[in-house]
Amino acid sequence: MVAATIPDYKNERPDQNQLWDKKYLLFLSEITAVFDGFKALDLEHIGVMHNELRVVIGPNGAGKSTMCDVITGKTRPTTGSVWFGGEEITKKSEDEIVRIGIGRKFQTPTVYDSLTVYENMELSLPGSKGIFAMLTARRNKTERDRVMHLLERVRLADDVDTEARYLSHGQRQWLAISSLILSQPRLLLVDEPAAGLTDSETELTGELLLELKKEHTLIVIEHDMDFVRQLNSRVTVLCEGRSMAEGSLEEVKTNPEVIEAYLGR
Amino acid sequence: MTERTMNEPAGIHLGSICGTSASQINKAFAGALLAFAILLPMLAHAGVVSVETVNMAGRYMALGIVALGLDLIWGYTGILSLCQALFFALGGYAMGIHLAHQGTLHNGIPESLYVVYPYKVGESKGMEVLPWFWLIFKPFNLTILLGILIPGLVAGLIGFAGFISRVKGVYFSILTQALTVAAMMFFSKNEMKLCGTNGITNFTTLAGHELSDPNVKIGLYVVTLICLIGTYLICLLLTKSRFGRVLLAVRDSETALRFAGYKPYAFKAAIFIFAGMLAGLAGMLYTPQANIITPSYMEARWSILMVVWVAVGGRGTLFGAVAGAMVINLLYNAMTSQWSIGSFDWKPDYWPLVLGMLFILVVLALPDGLAGLWRKMVGRIAEVD
Ligand SMILES: Nc1ncnc2c1ncn2[C@@H]1O[C@H](COP(=O)(O)OP(=O)(O)OP(=O)(O)O)[C@@H](O)[C@H]1O
Ligand SMILES: [Mg+2]
Repeated sequence: MVAATIPDYKNERPDQNQLWDKKYLLFLSEITAVFDGFKALDLEHIGVMHNELRVVIGPNGAGKSTMCDVITGKTRPTTGSVWFGGEEITKKSEDEIVRIGIGRKFQTPTVYDSLTVYENMELSLPGSKGIFAMLTARRNKTERDRVMHLLERVRLADDVDTEARYLSHGQRQWLAISSLILSQPRLLLVDEPAAGLTDSETELTGELLLELKKEHTLIVIEHDMDFVRQLNSRVTVLCEGRSMAEGSLEEVKTNPEVIEAYLGR
Repeated sequence: MTERTMNEPAGIHLGSICGTSASQINKAFAGALLAFAILLPMLAHAGVVSVETVNMAGRYMALGIVALGLDLIWGYTGILSLCQALFFALGGYAMGIHLAHQGTLHNGIPESLYVVYPYKVGESKGMEVLPWFWLIFKPFNLTILLGILIPGLVAGLIGFAGFISRVKGVYFSILTQALTVAAMMFFSKNEMKLCGTNGITNFTTLAGHELSDPNVKIGLYVVTLICLIGTYLICLLLTKSRFGRVLLAVRDSETALRFAGYKPYAFKAAIFIFAGMLAGLAGMLYTPQANIITPSYMEARWSILMVVWVAVGGRGTLFGAVAGAMVINLLYNAMTSQWSIGSFDWKPDYWPLVLGMLFILVVLALPDGLAGLWRKMVGRIAEVD
């Protein structure tokens, strides 16, 4: 087997290739992110294709979450550009980027503690998020069915009226993931969905993500190698802010640099 | 008082299995309070309670409206605002100026302004001019409108500037406190033609009615009661709507909300403006009943006191906020008068101590305030039944 390195994206950069968006939904071009002189990210090119599930792995502090921050507008890259669905989004604000169609689950699942599970989900329903829309919002059956369908899938249907503060860690993860799914983004950034879950919970999460792959584009960040194997998708390895290799899990595992990065810690 | 109970875990509704449910007790209590509030004017008419008592209740109810607004912005949205006193004073001054126009005039100048009129060099008695910001408060309807809109506008400026640039937590509190103090200094200067530290007082009539007439005092109480009930119901609708749940979401995790596609600053500014308008309305109701408005209402202790009302009453529950304002002010009234039991003489000076201890007690023992205590008690009663 050939060890994977970084594919040659040279002729596919959005600024040089008009047709880039036929192939890619997301394209990161020469992103760097510097904090007080510390280079947290120094990527060359990363392209994520339509309806692809891309797994990003890498040791602690590799810059995986920072990459999500850059894509979602939480952190402005020091240099480089982010492209999504035919346009550059580098300078857009967080809520604009959400409306364009990038959703995110944070590494530590963020839910609204004093709202019930159902109310949490409700705030993620697609549609207008303005003040007037919120003042006049009425519950209806179609919405309820969609919410309940998702909640049943993640075994939260019995807890719809429970305040989120009473949920277990795993349930919070699922609530965060199902809120994300409900909001119907075109690209889902899922930061460590299996962290802190039991084995059976992890497996269900994996199944859920694989189901989503049929109709969505996903970037999943993960540490757990069994989970990555279950996802059986293209893997990008980040290390010290650089993308080190890209390919199937078996391919990247034979890259000597990757072995070094994981064992040399 | 039933806020959020519908969202409590199912296990808490024990009462419903055994006869009297918690919500029935709550309803009965609210009904009794409401009946008492409505009966109070009649009791005064019959001479059972004094008109002064009704007047006092009216003033405290006006303060309850301030507490409602503060509860929305602090209890629900998690933003500790220390400038509700400023908005209250803005409403109070709007009404104060209007009332001064109806009072004693000297050369067409209302007395409160006349006695401290800042003459420029070369000006002498008889050359006073009424500034434009006095003239606009001459018509009654315009005064009512401006007394609500001006605090709303000021809140909008502070809110948008502060929330867009993401001024948070204690920094926002300090900012609002600083602005209130600055406004107090502004209002205290004679040169500003706002009657200086004396403030505006000695009102005579409002919309043609003698303010000293007991029936007018009772009428003001009734108007205040209607305003309190009205604003309470509006707040209730707000908090029960999806908008209200967005406010709680701002408090719980603003970041998550932003990444769900919302603009938290817009929601924060909106509720801050609304709370400011409520405080303005309250100031307008309070001033004719207190017969005075001075810059001292913008002192830091007032802002803090308002926070104490909501904390003691129970933040995040509308009923708690109003109850806190009423209870503390009634306590204040009882404890700042002289009385003695045996050889023990109560002195009004003890009040700040009592207030301080009450606040500490609530912070340490009753994080959900009186409303939380009430909920627990009702839970017990319902259980026993
Ligand atoms: N806002 C920031 N300011 C300063 N340093 C930051 C900031 N964000 C990230 N970093 C630094 O960038 C590096 C990469 O962090 P990041 O959280 O992206 O790693 P990660 O790959 O997600 O790690 P983990 O597996 O632990 O989640 C870390 O050294 C972190 O301290
Ligand atoms: Mg991370």
